[in-house]
Amino acid sequence: MEQEVLDLPEGAVPGPIKAPGAKPMMHGRKRPVWEIGFEVGLEWLIRLCGISAILFVFGIFAFVFREGAGFLFSGRFSLPKFLFTTEWYPTSMSNIRYGVLALIVGTGSVTILAMAIAVPFGLGAAIFISEFCTGRIKEILKIIIELLAAIPSVVWGFIGISIMNPLIQTVFSVPVGLNVFNGATLLALMSVPIMVSIGEDSLKAVPDSFREAALAMGATRWQTIVRVLLPAAKNGLLAAVLLGIGRAVGETMAVLMATGHAVKIPHSIFDPVRTLTATIAAELGEASVGSDHYQVLFIVGILLFTITFVVNLSADLIVRGVRKG
Amino acid sequence: MDDESHTYPLIRVQDLKVRYGHREVVHGISFDVQKNEIFAIIGPAQSGKSSILKCLNRTLEFIADAKMSGSVEVNGVDVKKVHNVYELRREIGMVAPLPVGLPLSIFDNVAFAPRASGLRDKHELDALVQRCLEQAALWDEVKDRLNSLGTKLSGGQQQRLTIARALSHQPSILCLDEFSIAIDPVTTMRIEDVLKELKAELTVVLVTNLVQQARRLADRTMFVWNGEVVELGPTDAIFSEQPQSQKTYDYVHGIFG
Amino acid sequence: MFTETQFGKSRRRAELLAKCVLGMMVASMIIPLFLIVGYLVKEAWPLLSLDFLFTNPTGGMRHGGIWSALLGTLYLVTLSLLIAAPIGVLAAVYLNEYARDSWFTRIINLAVVNLAGVPSIVHALFGLGAFVLFAGIGRSILAASLTLAIMTLPVIIASTKEALSAVPISFREACWNVGASRWQTIRGIVLPNSISGILTGVILQVSRAAGETAPIMFTGAVFFKKIEAGNIFAYSIWDQCMALSMHLFTITTQVTDAPRALPFATAVVLLGTVLIVNALSIGLRVYLRSRKKW
Repeated sequence: MEQEVLDLPEGAVPGPIKAPGAKPMMHGRKRPVWEIGFEVGLEWLIRLCGISAILFVFGIFAFVFREGAGFLFSGRFSLPKFLFTTEWYPTSMSNIRYGVLALIVGTGSVTILAMAIAVPFGLGAAIFISEFCTGRIKEILKIIIELLAAIPSVVWGFIGISIMNPLIQTVFSVPVGLNVFNGATLLALMSVPIMVSIGEDSLKAVPDSFREAALAMGATRWQTIVRVLLPAAKNGLLAAVLLGIGRAVGETMAVLMATGHAVKIPHSIFDPVRTLTATIAAELGEASVGSDHYQVLFIVGILLFTITFVVNLSADLIVRGVRKG
Repeated sequence: MDDESHTYPLIRVQDLKVRYGHREVVHGISFDVQKNEIFAIIGPAQSGKSSILKCLNRTLEFIADAKMSGSVEVNGVDVKKVHNVYELRREIGMVAPLPVGLPLSIFDNVAFAPRASGLRDKHELDALVQRCLEQAALWDEVKDRLNSLGTKLSGGQQQRLTIARALSHQPSILCLDEFSIAIDPVTTMRIEDVLKELKAELTVVLVTNLVQQARRLADRTMFVWNGEVVELGPTDAIFSEQPQSQKTYDYVHGIFG
Repeated sequence: MFTETQFGKSRRRAELLAKCVLGMMVASMIIPLFLIVGYLVKEAWPLLSLDFLFTNPTGGMRHGGIWSALLGTLYLVTLSLLIAAPIGVLAAVYLNEYARDSWFTRIINLAVVNLAGVPSIVHALFGLGAFVLFAGIGRSILAASLTLAIMTLPVIIASTKEALSAVPISFREACWNVGASRWQTIRGIVLPNSISGILTGVILQVSRAAGETAPIMFTGAVFFKKIEAGNIFAYSIWDQCMALSMHLFTITTQVTDAPRALPFATAVVLLGTVLIVNALSIGLRVYLRSRKKW
């Protein structure tokens, strides 16, 4: 319909419609004015809440940017130095340097190792639950995976320190158990649930007719999965992996507690590292408000925001592509 | 005044076109519906019959990419210029193909519309609900359990409940969209009897794919095919041995469709 | 008669193998989980008692219970729920009932997805910049709750949207046909029939908010604060507070000579709270699915 028709106020005050020769339409009953006013007000409130998510995302960027902007444009800040040097000495007496490369590598190494563990397990679990389980067992497994997702990250961190740490020390006979491997294992367990649920959704979205056609041609279930389902669900599975990555990059408490505190490029998976998130969490408390150090931590925040934004955006675009296709 | 309003057709549709996205499903249909008649729209599935009804009370707006052009007048008022669309919708009782019992008690199902329009008086509501259920030939079956869920009724009962709900806002027009599609023949016949009685009080627009139903009930019949009017005239003429169009003859005698 | 070929046998063996491998993968995630939880409870056992919940930490947090942290978490969760629930539910109502399928709606949905993906520590930075400093609230329960509320908003929006869209469209059409306005339709039919689904989302938000640490670290939670034990009105919303998650972090990383059972007991209380609340939400959902009205 034409636009002006659509834009008629939903709660317009009722009154008989006037037209020459027409009898009045309704029977003279009116809703009380306060009720209609309430409704109009409420609908504006609903619209406002509807756009609130946009406001919050912009607000997050704006406020984090606002706090970091002073130093970002101060001339003392050089982006290449910030991104491509490994010296992070924010409180040095003689020579303060802010290079986050080691932190980026820290985040990257923990994330990559976590994904190397989580992707096969997460997607394997998604396939197992979606294709090999039925009825009650499927429900129970899904609930357990959901509860796995509910464990707070600080509890994961605690598990990293109190259980994984001595375990890694004995099993791999390394001096410190708080390292890349420890953090990555925790992150893997934390990002598996989201991969399972998105992965299972995208496998569920493959029409049953595909399965039936393949099975009717004499393929086994496994062949059906490998040759038919995985190719058909590949975008959804990719999105699942991306969301897992987003989760892993942004995770704070677990990696803060479990990866050790060493700002350096790791040489093995048993080296301690520090991630971008952990750095903010560890140092923001000590940095005085408005100082360079404080502002740099906000710039690290912008960097994190940007990374996760891009990752989530791509995941969303891929999922949308699935729905259209 | 009274005389004047009689000269008005209750519904006047001129050159109505409906598009969903880029697909036009109704290509310029015009017809009038007079007061206190039963007007049947027949035609095969997908010929645009339901879309016409959705234009009458402007519920077409709720379909995302639907667009309508041409003029639709109800009671002499262009629906596109109606200030209060809720008044318009209350003026037209609409019965959907599949029975919809709202998940409320039977009483609340019927009282929903009067309450929404501002009626709060308990006695008035009681009387109104009883009258509507009686008109829809459902009162005797449910009068002892008005507080049980409307969704628990059988399909045929739910369809009569839907009719009672459509009557509850005292419309002057009752539109039924293939109401018998999901109910048994016995209930269908009961509802047809109800419609014959209602004709004295209001105007009925009956969309149906059952040709014989139109023949049994309608004063005038319009045959729509592929979004165009093939023939419009007194029901007797449409169902005679020599309608104006060969296609009409073929359709009503079951040669196609 | 059918005779199975060698080829067929090896294919079936491959299928069995795949099933076993995948099953073992799932088991290798789930079994350690139970072992870990079991181990946590075993280590915490000597300290777990009602007394532990209702006494304050003493001796530099090396002794005593967790009352002040427990109460702080209760305040944070309640306040953030009061803020997030109305906004989240109304936002979902907008997205599901009002918004048309347009580019603008797509942007809102994208924003919700991204809001869910923003790292918790960035939420903390936002809370510090916006509420503590810019709005001048200062580090307080209020500022921390606002931060938590925004962080957990997507949880409520997502589950409310799901609950709303489970109400059949034909119900809405029936209401529109009798001249009910959009809001009357929502109020009369849509909300009453999705309220329990919405509730599961709200419960989920509670569990999420209770476990978060990073967003409250710099906005309102402190390592230690002395309050009166047993008095549930001991905090005001302008106070800083202790929180269970923060307390676990503190005694694990800052208090190195605490008795071994203390952090375990704290972790078990936190984990127990979150899992019980979550199980409630899941239970409610399963129960609702089993008795639909239509």
